[in-house]
Amino acid sequence: MPLAEVGITVLWIFLYGYLIVASIDFGAGFYAYYGKVIGIESVIGPVISRYLSPVWEVTNVFLVFFFVGIVGFFPDTAYYFGTALLIPGSVALILLAVRGSFYAFANYGAKKSNLYLLAYGATGLLIPAALSTVFTISEGGFLSVSANTVTLLMEELFFSAYSWAVVLLAISSVLFISSTFLTYYADHAEDKRALEWLRSFALWGGVPTIISSLFVFIALRNHNLEHFDNMVRLWWMFGLSLVSFAIAIWLIWRRKNYGTAFVMVMLQFAFAFFGYGMSHLPYLLYPHLMLVNSVTNQTMGRALVVAFVAGLLLLIPSLVLLLRLFLFNAKYVKGETS
Amino acid sequence: MNALDWSRGLTEMTLAFHILFATVGVGIPIFISIAEWIGIRKNDPHYSLMARRWTRGFVITVAVGVVTGTCIGLLLSLLWPEFMRFAGNVVSLPLFLETFAFFFEAIFLGIYLYTWNRFSNPYIHWLLTLPIVIGASASALFITMVNAFMNTPQGFTLEEGRLTNLDPIAAMFNPAMPSKVAHVLSSAYLTAAFLLAMIAAFAMLRGRDNEYNKKSIRLNMMTGLILAAATILIGDSSAVFLAEAQPEKLAAAEWHFETSSRAPLIIGGKLNPDTNEVTGAITIPWALSLLATHHPNGTVVGLNEFPKDEWPPLYVHYLFDAMVGIGFYLLAIPILFLFMTLAKRWNAYNRWMLAGIVAGGPFSLFAIELGWFYAEVGRQPWILRGYMRVSDAATTNPHVGITFWLFAALYLLLGIVCLLVLSRLFRNKPAELELEERRVIL
Repeated sequence: MPLAEVGITVLWIFLYGYLIVASIDFGAGFYAYYGKVIGIESVIGPVISRYLSPVWEVTNVFLVFFFVGIVGFFPDTAYYFGTALLIPGSVALILLAVRGSFYAFANYGAKKSNLYLLAYGATGLLIPAALSTVFTISEGGFLSVSANTVTLLMEELFFSAYSWAVVLLAISSVLFISSTFLTYYADHAEDKRALEWLRSFALWGGVPTIISSLFVFIALRNHNLEHFDNMVRLWWMFGLSLVSFAIAIWLIWRRKNYGTAFVMVMLQFAFAFFGYGMSHLPYLLYPHLMLVNSVTNQTMGRALVVAFVAGLLLLIPSLVLLLRLFLFNAKYVKGETS
Repeated sequence: MNALDWSRGLTEMTLAFHILFATVGVGIPIFISIAEWIGIRKNDPHYSLMARRWTRGFVITVAVGVVTGTCIGLLLSLLWPEFMRFAGNVVSLPLFLETFAFFFEAIFLGIYLYTWNRFSNPYIHWLLTLPIVIGASASALFITMVNAFMNTPQGFTLEEGRLTNLDPIAAMFNPAMPSKVAHVLSSAYLTAAFLLAMIAAFAMLRGRDNEYNKKSIRLNMMTGLILAAATILIGDSSAVFLAEAQPEKLAAAEWHFETSSRAPLIIGGKLNPDTNEVTGAITIPWALSLLATHHPNGTVVGLNEFPKDEWPPLYVHYLFDAMVGIGFYLLAIPILFLFMTLAKRWNAYNRWMLAGIVAGGPFSLFAIELGWFYAEVGRQPWILRGYMRVSDAATTNPHVGITFWLFAALYLLLGIVCLLVLSRLFRNKPAELELEERRVIL
């Protein structure tokens, strides 16, 4: 496999990882706050915070990994996306900063505060919206590129049906992924009451997710026909995604195998996300940036791949340890150990 | 102000804010590890409690460190896109490795925090501190490598405006790397020692005169002594390095214009910007030659050897002086403390000593800021010394001004809330109360 493809595959896998763990985290923050508003905080709160506490920091790293990696493998992206995305990027950063630090303030600080929880819950929906801008502008048509600068056409972005479809999809996916995971987690904790609530969130969350992904298809057809045609060629990926979704919903509906249901949700997003990514190629940024032209120097690319493999050898066992201690440890999940 | 000035301002502000938390994040884990180890080893609940309380405060600062670190990581591309396009080929390996180190630390910090009573063998829980210490120090190592590379770039050749023939390892192990990394690490540990001692000394000044606080001060002053000595020695070797590899930076710090041997060291003073004459300074003959070459007759290159548009701003002189001054203060306090402890005639925990230790906390953080400002402003006008000027690297996006104020508001908010949370965390639950809950008699 040529270096450019190795690079983009590695990065895409990481971005997928971020998509899953961050969705769980963002959605959980939203549900924690929503639970407070409708008065079921004591029911779902403990399950949510027991999951979030040990992993919140890890979630953040996936994102850092991605943006450091993409600049490493494809330095030209720093120029185009970096120049254009100053405002949306900064807004996303500020939201992430508020969210991460207020989580720690609320959980390790001296007292629980509603304000902290609001900051945490609200940002959970705003961040995916801000981050999804990157996908939108990578479709082309939102940048004006001249010899010495790149400008983001804010108005085009704001009045584009495609950009809103992506935002909708981002938010609804966050809520859906998160609720299916928390359903599984509540079942694992044998917390019947939390399970009922989260299960209903999951079932309702599936509807807007599917509708908004249809929107994205239609809007993309109008916005970038070339990409749309590529997607049609990969129709089976999106078909498998839909099948996985159907199995997940069916399992949750029948109240069984919540673990498998969550795996199906992961597959649903894996097929859709990789299908989207593959059909996006050969462009990184349509039509300015091609994958092959923007890849870093060969030596550095190889060094990055070596560093990546070495890093994974270190990280995977540590992550497994983390999961075994907290996610798959029945005693911890049930809240029996301090 | 144009996009360049705003970009510089925003980068300075972000780094200045981040560096406080990053330094604490690098330094504190070592002390948590030491305290927990002594606690288990000597079966002394005071030290065990120290580890717990420090960890609790540490998590709060880590959170702010993580989020501001994420900010600077992405701001690099948002504010300096030309630089990242140009040098991203070379600096991406250490940046990448830094995120690995950070990942490693994050995983084990999560585990450490939630497994206090999980293991029957207490050493297993203590073992978890090691990856945290390693991860924290390794991320400092890698990120400092990037910074050192910007000072003394190597490991590539420049062809038609692009970097080719890369040697990532040579770029990472560039000449500035060893002294920079060593100075960053030792000063971070030193700062942590003084911050922790500051907390205990403050509690004692408020009348909480007990064994817990005394043990904390003793531990931190003893390690502080070694660390202060190490930091000064390493600082000295950095000066020797600068004299050789980046003479304009040292010359700017010392207002040394004419290349000469037996160069004098200038402390304080005032510079006439037109004639470059210095008035009102303390001048120590030969000392600069001694500092820069370890020989009183050594030749020190002066600023006049460089074209004026490659001069760093000359105010860095004051930053340098203040940093060195604080460095010696941080050495004097532990020496004095040790002396008073050994000579039993005096009470080592008298009010003046305690006040001196308390002052050491903010001073050490201040010195970190001064040192970084000196290091960074001292390599102006270059972003990549000898290859790319800062003015050619900044973004062309016209909206940096708005972004600056948004981030200023963010840091103000984070700073205030973090201080509030930290002070409330410890005020509501002083160590005495916690020891009592654990049934330890003071």
